[in-house]
Amino acid sequence: MGHTITEKILAFHAGSEEVSPGDLVNVRVDLALANDITAPLAIEAFRSMGAERVFDREKVALIPDHFTPARDIPAAQNCALLRDFAREQELAHYFEVGRMGIEHVLLPEMGLVLPGEVVVGADSHTCTYGALGAFSTGVGSTDLAMAMALGEIWLRVPESMKLYYHGELQPWVGGKDLILHTIGSIGVDGARYRAMEFHGPAIAALSMDSRFAMANMAIEAGAKNGIFHIDDKTLEWLKGRSEREYRVFESDPDAVYVEEIDFDVSGLEPQVAFPHLPSNVKPVSQAGEVEIDQVVIGSCTNGRLEDMETAAAILSGRKVHPGVRAIIIPGTQWVVREMARRGWMEVFISAGAAVSTPTCGPCLGGHMGILAAGERSVSTTNRNFVGRMGHPESEVYLAGPAVAAASAVTGKLTDPREVMGE
Amino acid sequence: MSPTLLEGNAWRYGRNVDTDVIIPARYLALNDPKELGRHCLEDLDPEFVSKVKKGDILVAEENFGSGSSREHAPLAIKGCGVAAVIASSFARIFYRNAFNVGLPILESPPAVEGTKTGDRLRVDLEKGLIENLTTGNVYQATPVPEFMREIISRGGLVEYVKMRLNSNKQGKE
Repeated sequence: MGHTITEKILAFHAGSEEVSPGDLVNVRVDLALANDITAPLAIEAFRSMGAERVFDREKVALIPDHFTPARDIPAAQNCALLRDFAREQELAHYFEVGRMGIEHVLLPEMGLVLPGEVVVGADSHTCTYGALGAFSTGVGSTDLAMAMALGEIWLRVPESMKLYYHGELQPWVGGKDLILHTIGSIGVDGARYRAMEFHGPAIAALSMDSRFAMANMAIEAGAKNGIFHIDDKTLEWLKGRSEREYRVFESDPDAVYVEEIDFDVSGLEPQVAFPHLPSNVKPVSQAGEVEIDQVVIGSCTNGRLEDMETAAAILSGRKVHPGVRAIIIPGTQWVVREMARRGWMEVFISAGAAVSTPTCGPCLGGHMGILAAGERSVSTTNRNFVGRMGHPESEVYLAGPAVAAASAVTGKLTDPREVMGE
Repeated sequence: MSPTLLEGNAWRYGRNVDTDVIIPARYLALNDPKELGRHCLEDLDPEFVSKVKKGDILVAEENFGSGSSREHAPLAIKGCGVAAVIASSFARIFYRNAFNVGLPILESPPAVEGTKTGDRLRVDLEKGLIENLTTGNVYQATPVPEFMREIISRGGLVEYVKMRLNSNKQGKE
């Protein structure tokens, strides 16, 4: 019987010939990460375990990205805790404000995640790295403490589901639209405990940035991980990022899937998830009249260069609607620099948008764009739960950067094709 | 050892109770369970925190604890005095976190279906039995995976890792 890429990566890291769905395995971890919200509890658990040193100073990353630059005194205290721990443990990968980026944009960019690796992070969107053919999953702080102490984690081998996409994508449709469409089809627990394996010609045609956006939201369908096979685009993207060796794993032709779904995406429009679930998805043409107060373009889902490029293409020569606050948050310092170099910074500022230093900020209602009662935001982030971006009576509409930028111009949920006169 | 027999009043909620409503991110700079507990579920049911009594039991439908990996969520539930959560199903990260912070959780769709807010529940954690004293119905929860039972029997993940680290040390000497 054949095995899936997820099963093969886990078997290799468990030191087993093969593993099957349902097996509980102890696997070796190539990278363990935490942020300013989850690391304080992880450090506390690490100490309670009687651990003195992390298992490998090169394989633990701490990224203060959520409430940073510190939004208030408690957040500053938490950041100080991370900083002290990073110094004490001589961690090779601690990223201070100014060098820091949103963890799931930053770590792959720095070459800290490679194909075939196992990554656990005390952040649910750790599943992002599946775009590189790695197994990566989110865990809580205590599990992360175990990984920091022992370099191991116990996992139940997930059943895999095969998601196959075919057809040529329309303009202004990207990875975010594909994953919203998928979650809309299968529901917020449609992949609960499973591996989502992405396949097909439409996937092969996707950029790496779009693949990261898709893997990122696997958790929004309840999945343990989302994963892609590596191809020429992956290899090209990886070039020059790391000198570490890596292994390439592939699903066998006779691998067993618990479910297979085929998506014809040739006519797919830009998608929007209405409040208050990421599965509450409609094509933008069916959005109706939804007036908005804020637009957020950024996050671990859509804070990459391609997202900024899309937003700049739409905002170029246009103005943000007088009733809208447009907040643009590039994912890393590299993205910030590229935005400046390519003239997009000028585009955003001329359009009347605010441009921020990298931070998770408003995505989880942390800071940098909290909503008041009754306000609505179109956001390229990943969750639109009650109170996610602020007041429990506010609303978040999830979309890709094209819909978000077009909506910033018109002041209501808008199809980018309308703004671009297509 | 925590008690294995629990009795309390039920608080019944629907599907997809996510970690953002269990403990909103505006409180995530806090780490103390008691402080977190003061805001538990406030965006879903503003009255909950003022009315919940120590030992009460949360009962919810599918996908309880979906969303973020914040361990603050099971800590907030513990911190407000809730003794256990019964759900039709749990999101996977929450499921692990609950075990790791010592919050008892039980999976039983029929028990959830047969419970209303205010029902008196008795739970035998060892046997996985849920008794609704108001209706007289008894339910058997889905068994906990064996590996997790082993971790629990060793006092939880923290104790398990402590033991592993000690045996590593002895191995080196």
